[in-house]
Amino acid sequence: MTHQKISMAQALNQALRDAMTADDSVLMFGEDVGALGGVFRITDGLTAEFGEDRCFDTPLAESGIVGMAIGLAMNGMRPVVEMQFDAFGYPAFEQIVSHVAKMRNRTRGRIALPMVIRMPYAGGIGGVEHHCDSSEGYYAHTPGLTVVAPSTVADAYTLLRRAIEWPDPVVFMEPKKLYWAKEEVDLTEPAPGIGTAVVRREGADATLIAYGPSVPVAMEAAEAAAAEGRELTVVDLRSVVPFDDETVCAAVRRTGRAVVVAEASGFASVSSEIVARVTERCFHSLAAPVRRVTGFDIPYPPPKLEKFQLPGVDRILDAVDDLQWEDS
Amino acid sequence: MTTVEEQLLPSKEPVRLIDQDGVLHDHSSYQLPTQQALVDGYVELIKGRRINDQASALVRQGRLAVYPSSHGQEACQVAASMVLADGDWLFPTYRDTVTIVSRGVDPIETLTLLRGDWHSGYDPYARNVAPQSTPLATQLTHAVGVAHAARLKGEDTVVMALCGDGATSEGDFHEALNFAAVFKAPVVFFVQNNGFAISVPLSKQTVAPSIAHKGIGYGVPGERADGNDLAGLLAVLGQAVDKARAGEGPQLVEAHTYRVQAHTNADDATRYRQDDEVTPWLAKDPIKRLEAYLSSAGLLSDDIKRRAEDAATRVAQQLRDGLMPEPSVDPEELFTHLYAVPTPQLAEQAAFLRDELAREEA
Ligand SMILES: Cc1ncc(C[n+]2csc(CCOP(=O)(O)OP(=O)(O)O)c2C)c(N)n1
Ligand SMILES: [Mg+2]
Repeated sequence: MTHQKISMAQALNQALRDAMTADDSVLMFGEDVGALGGVFRITDGLTAEFGEDRCFDTPLAESGIVGMAIGLAMNGMRPVVEMQFDAFGYPAFEQIVSHVAKMRNRTRGRIALPMVIRMPYAGGIGGVEHHCDSSEGYYAHTPGLTVVAPSTVADAYTLLRRAIEWPDPVVFMEPKKLYWAKEEVDLTEPAPGIGTAVVRREGADATLIAYGPSVPVAMEAAEAAAAEGRELTVVDLRSVVPFDDETVCAAVRRTGRAVVVAEASGFASVSSEIVARVTERCFHSLAAPVRRVTGFDIPYPPPKLEKFQLPGVDRILDAVDDLQWEDS
Repeated sequence: MTTVEEQLLPSKEPVRLIDQDGVLHDHSSYQLPTQQALVDGYVELIKGRRINDQASALVRQGRLAVYPSSHGQEACQVAASMVLADGDWLFPTYRDTVTIVSRGVDPIETLTLLRGDWHSGYDPYARNVAPQSTPLATQLTHAVGVAHAARLKGEDTVVMALCGDGATSEGDFHEALNFAAVFKAPVVFFVQNNGFAISVPLSKQTVAPSIAHKGIGYGVPGERADGNDLAGLLAVLGQAVDKARAGEGPQLVEAHTYRVQAHTNADDATRYRQDDEVTPWLAKDPIKRLEAYLSSAGLLSDDIKRRAEDAATRVAQQLRDGLMPEPSVDPEELFTHLYAVPTPQLAEQAAFLRDELAREEA
């Protein structure tokens, strides 16, 4: 039975289980990932199945977790670590930026760090402060890191498997709000790897560019636009780094209009980078400036206010409406 | 019977087997290293001192960007390498050039960082020496990871992790000790307490009775040694390595030494300390006292002296020969080591630079 209806959380769990079965050097560790199976249950059952040496709880210190993973990776292991929540990854920031990202470079390629930092991230779950940050921009800005964000159950599985096999460190951003919705998937089906964006929906009028938690919102917006007679393409980046300029630009050139959708604050962000790249490369194909629908430049709001922060269907449709259609 | 707490606490006084006049002292817990070890160590000390002083001279001649010298700390430098077996790992800092060379790494490759033609210049896997770490204490958790991996693989590797007194205030120092203790990782944390973190004296860093006392909070045995006594250091570090290898978990060793020179050539120590504070430490010099002891014990033959002088002359010559010529750098290399497979964006940027250089040449 290859078709199954599972959640993203289950797909991630399966990916870890399959990776640990395939390769003895794969280790999983972090806070509460052992007996509890992680606060989101992504590591559920792994300690029972593989033993304490393979999946284990560590003392509560994120810098220590990432630092120890660096040493393990230096000495033949493939560590996967969990930062319990996006904002609790910050104590590890120095390790990530100064060592994880730079080790290959500073040693002229002699030390590679095949490791994965799993990061439940972003909002839309009614979380209180420090539980809903979209921190991908910090990592994407740091040369040497690979930054991945799945938006579907099948991609969560494939991308995590590829991330664990990847020869370089991967920051694996898991959209928390997508953990629980189930999809019918066939995990044995071949899927594109890291560095490849996919077109989720074809439409001739404009392109929505999104990743992670914003992809389902973009898909919903495209559905609503179609009902109003406007056909939208939706590009799912899948990896922020490496960035798939080719797929993104091909879609923008086909449609001549684009809107970038992302939860993170817009200022100096992944979304601003996408606008710049698309504008530099597709200027002559553009019928209107590329628009963005992002979070406001504010700290992530409390639960009762988060609906005003999150890019929603209406805001996306308004941005699409704004793409100077009167000129065409 | 000693209590668990007593086992974790350091000796009442820093362990010293040979005092500053070269006089031998018995110790209830530590034995004098073999004559051979002391003689070999003496040769390494002379060589280490020459490396420090030659490198400092090369800074003045513009051949190195900067050199944080371990002048006066050579006993720590030499001991840290001497107690390790071939398969063990060393995690050094920017100040530990002499230890790295003592471990058998090529001196020119070691000084790549400070010459500035790349960051780390040696192959870390050739002698199991991690790249020198500049972000303070960050390397200590890597040491725990390497040690834990070795245990998982069933290897009896020990990891020697170095840092300074100032670095013990960093969070990573505490996380590393705690992680190592919880995972029983075979790491020897070796703190060279040279009294200063750039300009800040230890008294402003901590009010703990000693740095070695910090181990007890994590269940890590702490010990302290006279950092200018090679014999004491070899005994203390040797025992720590043996314990770690035997599965007794991490060990913390503090060496009491002194930074007799400025932090680096770029620093002006007169702004924060008086010369008369330095003077007593000159009398405690690690080379002088070992020389005094070896002479009095009849172990310092002309042959040994010549061996030491030859080693020092050779390494100094090697440094001058290797560092005088302008190093060749390859701008293309800026892009080659970021990822196993360069991203399309990096490939584009490499092509841009190549093109820019070609146009400049034309
Ligand atoms: C995280 C971090 N903060 C600040 C610095 C700048 N810095 C370099 S060396 C140094 C002093 C370190 O003192 P200590 O740990 O005692 O080592 P020593 O230089 O005396 O060998 C400082 C503050 C640094 N390298 N890393
Ligand atoms: Mg110091």
